[in-house]
Amino acid sequence: MNNKSGKWQVASDKIKNKLIFIGGFVILFLILTALFAPLMAPYDPKEQNLYEGLNTPDHKHPFGQDRLGRDILSRVIYGSRISLLVGILVVGISSTIGITIGSISGYIGGKVDEIIMRFCDIVLAFPGILLAIAIMSVLGPSLNNVIIALCAMGWVSYTRLIRAQILSLREREFVVAVDSLGGSSFRIISRHLLPNVISPLIVEATFGMAGTIIAEAGLSFLGLGVQPPNPSWGSMLNEGRQFLLIAPHLTIFPGLAIMITVLGFNFLGDGIRDLMDVKNK
Amino acid sequence: MRNYIIKRILLFFPVVIGVITLVFLIIHLIPGDPVEMMLGENAQISDKEKLRDDLGLNKPIIDQYLTFMINAFKGDLGMSIHSQKPVFTTILERFPATLELTICAILLAVTISIPLGIIAAYRQYSIFDNGSMFLSLLGISMPNFWLGPLLIILFSIMLGWLPVAGRGGISHIILPSITLGTALSSILSRMTRSSMIDSLKEEYVTTARAKGLSENVVVIKHALSNAMIPIITIVGLQSGALLSGAIITETIFSWPGIGRLTIQAINTRDYPLLQGCILIISLSYVVVNLITDILYAYFDPRIKYE
Repeated sequence: MNNKSGKWQVASDKIKNKLIFIGGFVILFLILTALFAPLMAPYDPKEQNLYEGLNTPDHKHPFGQDRLGRDILSRVIYGSRISLLVGILVVGISSTIGITIGSISGYIGGKVDEIIMRFCDIVLAFPGILLAIAIMSVLGPSLNNVIIALCAMGWVSYTRLIRAQILSLREREFVVAVDSLGGSSFRIISRHLLPNVISPLIVEATFGMAGTIIAEAGLSFLGLGVQPPNPSWGSMLNEGRQFLLIAPHLTIFPGLAIMITVLGFNFLGDGIRDLMDVKNK
Repeated sequence: MRNYIIKRILLFFPVVIGVITLVFLIIHLIPGDPVEMMLGENAQISDKEKLRDDLGLNKPIIDQYLTFMINAFKGDLGMSIHSQKPVFTTILERFPATLELTICAILLAVTISIPLGIIAAYRQYSIFDNGSMFLSLLGISMPNFWLGPLLIILFSIMLGWLPVAGRGGISHIILPSITLGTALSSILSRMTRSSMIDSLKEEYVTTARAKGLSENVVVIKHALSNAMIPIITIVGLQSGALLSGAIITETIFSWPGIGRLTIQAINTRDYPLLQGCILIISLSYVVVNLITDILYAYFDPRIKYE
């Protein structure tokens, strides 16, 4: 029985490696699509052709056309730029804020840590994208505001992660040794503590990309994010909702793009986490 | 344990005050004039001034804050600009619909995910395990604002089995519950699997097997009952998070709950109503989390709470 389960485990590990490969491939494809959108898109994503509005997919327009006759494939291709841009900026800014505040909180401890953690609790008291919805409703819909709103929500998870990691590391011998040799706090954090928290940070950031892409699309779906005529997958789904009965292709393709992208990041995050998890090895 | 519960309840109040403060700050201090957002840039100055006066926006910010805080504790969230009805009453009218949807989504998620997670753990690394975990990853990756319309296309438009939108009998709640519950179901099945894998390796499971008990008794009575603590915690924590998912689900299915009310408040620029909706959703989430934490402390005597 052990041999059998051993074989399955080997097979399962292979599948996991494959999943990392698939995830990586999806993300690479997404990056290339975003970079070379003008070369890949068959039409201008904003070009209207009212006579061909809501046309179903055919050989000229494989994903069909929207209400204004715009090519959905081209809009999905260009939409990848917004998703990727928002994902990278939000994860980049949020993690930078999180690393800074989390390091201070974890290293200094005491009242500073208490105040920062209580503030994190307050931000975390807003479930899901509620805080982003609240901020967007006041700031008004635009790409910049989406990034601000999602950063306002996103930094907390990085802060808590980094703080927890620093707390567990700061009493270790190598840190105490540098401290006793007169190393400054900045040096201890940047040169000795942070390099040790890179692995969980990468996993968090990978899942963070998936979460951010869904959140951006969700805000745009609610009409609070990127505004037409700019092609965002979420706003395309919002437009498609009105034509579910007669033109389901408006809904199917942008959603598929979101799901494949998010699945790619989740595969990668899962794979990296398993690779780095000593227990699993 | 009693000390932990008292400490947890005491910590609840600063968070509530913090949430009320943050909601106030978002509406009042973020650049952008709420009155202009409500009436539009071209509105008459006198109309703008009147609304500003009605909302108390001409008072010093500290006065506004204290009034808002005291009134919030009294359950007075102001009047809706659009309907001219008290915000709290309007929200209370919509709350049962959201509660109904959330409970159905949780029941659906628990019914599907726990058996799936148990079988996946019991048959670890089997095709069933890999298949179900792949499906759960698919469920987590599928946004509810896509899943909902897909379900409508399939079950309402193509097959004609279920209604497209609205609240009514059981048939109306099936699609919204699936839409809202899928992500929770995916998270729960993964959690159940990992929790059961750990539990099945424990010595008390080996002992139960050595006593000659049937596999069903070993798995259900011994392994599952011990694996349930983290599962219940996740159900609790994620249930609160469903309130946010309800905003999108209710918008898709025109479900008359607090989530749809939030979006209506944004669209009609009814700031007192929006403020109230955000406050009530977050406070409900905080209360659910508090209850989950207390239940966790109650059910898990092994953990010492400092």
